[in-house]
Amino acid sequence: MSDKVLMKGNEAIAEAAIRAGCRHYFGYPITPQTEVAAYMSKRMPKIGGTFLQAESEIAAINMVIGVSSTGKRVMTSSSSPGVSLKSEGISYLAGCDLPALVVNVQRGGPGLGGIQPSQSDYWQSTKGGGHGDYHNIVLAPASVQEMASLTVKGFELADKYRMVAMILADGTMGQMMEPVSLDVAEVTPVEKPWALTGTKCEREHNIVNSLYLKPEELEIKNFERYQKYKTIEENETMYEEYLMEDAEVCVVAFGITARVAKNAVNEARKRGVKVGMIRPITLWPFPTKPLKAAAEKCKRFITVEMNMGQMIDDVRLAIGGMIPTPEDVLSAIMSNGGAE
Amino acid sequence: MSVVFEKPKSLTDATLHYCPGCTHGIIHRLVAEVIDELGIEGDTIGVASVGCSVMAYNYFTCDFVQAAHGRAPAVATGVKRSDPSKIVFTYQGDGDLAAIGTAETVHAAARRENITVIFVNNAIYGMTGGQMAPTTLPGQVTQTSPYGRDVNTVGYPVKVCELLSNVDGAAYLERVAVNNVKNVKNAKKAIKKAFKNQIEGKGFSLVEVISTCPTNWGMTPQKALDWAEENMIPYYPLGVYKDIYAKEEEK
Repeated sequence: MSDKVLMKGNEAIAEAAIRAGCRHYFGYPITPQTEVAAYMSKRMPKIGGTFLQAESEIAAINMVIGVSSTGKRVMTSSSSPGVSLKSEGISYLAGCDLPALVVNVQRGGPGLGGIQPSQSDYWQSTKGGGHGDYHNIVLAPASVQEMASLTVKGFELADKYRMVAMILADGTMGQMMEPVSLDVAEVTPVEKPWALTGTKCEREHNIVNSLYLKPEELEIKNFERYQKYKTIEENETMYEEYLMEDAEVCVVAFGITARVAKNAVNEARKRGVKVGMIRPITLWPFPTKPLKAAAEKCKRFITVEMNMGQMIDDVRLAIGGMIPTPEDVLSAIMSNGGAE
Repeated sequence: MSVVFEKPKSLTDATLHYCPGCTHGIIHRLVAEVIDELGIEGDTIGVASVGCSVMAYNYFTCDFVQAAHGRAPAVATGVKRSDPSKIVFTYQGDGDLAAIGTAETVHAAARRENITVIFVNNAIYGMTGGQMAPTTLPGQVTQTSPYGRDVNTVGYPVKVCELLSNVDGAAYLERVAVNNVKNVKNAKKAIKKAFKNQIEGKGFSLVEVISTCPTNWGMTPQKALDWAEENMIPYYPLGVYKDIYAKEEEK
């Protein structure tokens, strides 16, 4: 049994990161994530780690690149406008196949937007954000406990697949206090033969780079990366199913809105409606399979998100009806005068 | 028979992609000679930037990371903070360091990052085909200042050593040139000092190297060297702009 402590979501992320072996944090003040930086500034000097307040979010993500290239666990955190600035660096992390944890405690947008909780960076985080063909693993916590546990999971996935894992939280999750267990299994070091550790004049030099001027080399790299993404889609998709066994109506929601929606589902059940919920925990990879399965038996889908409707695109894709099958296309061609 | 001249150990056998007459080759060699002489090849990590020297990682035998445009000092900060026992240097051009990367440069100096910055100033964006740089001289014709740099509309060049000399965290700033033998020798001395400073934990050192770009200046290599002497050096005077340990050494 582990002891639980009462903590803010932002602080739970910071403490969990330290327990996951992260000793380097680079950040820049922005609401509503600033407690992550404040917590790190207190703790890191006491444990021989690095806390550095950078001159910009851009500098912070590039410091992350520097540490990651040496093979150590490293993170940064920010909120929406700051993550836009970091997107250049996130693209480079993807292009260099470097692991890192990036936290986005979302606020409203576009532009400077507002500091209220929001989920309007769904597209940015799941569809890229920066330039080029790439994905981040996107984890959406729905409790302070998950803020901690998904932070640990994020570091593991980032190391395992050499890519960015992003915690996509929101102002509520960041500011909310809940009891949390911070038990973390011992960190097993991951072999990183690619890391820049100095050649000691004993090996060929390691190069961390995202530049491939020969088109065929770049293409091969991108195809390799997409093979990796396929493996991740198959093996790392996480979701929660709630009362879905006999559900005729399926609510899809993530993060704080899933917490809210769950209460509504319970109330609807009391009123005799057969309703359940699927909560994506990984937003990328998106839990397409359980949604597809739900589409076989559910009559209706309700997407609940704190934005103008972004995840709904992925839900539509998953439950079908949006993308025609080859047979659909063929039949359309034939019915329009195609000869047989 | 004895060997009187050879390639530094810290340079790979790769063929340099630089244009004929470009001085990047000289500066690469100087950095490599210094790394050899200080015996730090196995503990050095380089940070390449964006510009003509983007592929510096292919030419040095040490570990290397390639940074986004202007971000090399931030990446170097991460590398150095991760392992302070490593010798970390950036190799950046004027567009990279003095335009898009100004913030990263000033703040790495302000934080007293214990890194070495090699700043190659040839007054032009070379890689993209010769556009106006932050260091392009007043009146200088480039692809994007076809009528000559007009200071009334685009302002004045950025003098990096002068600018940084007001930053308390900077330890050592020197401007050198590689347009003749005497200057090349001085340049090597400065580069060696900038690396030694780091080994001794003395903080942020930057060497600005006045360089040439015959291709984009539209000159022969020899004419370019002369042009640097006659136009660049008067605008960017050579010398030590800051050396907080100089007095200590004199004692």
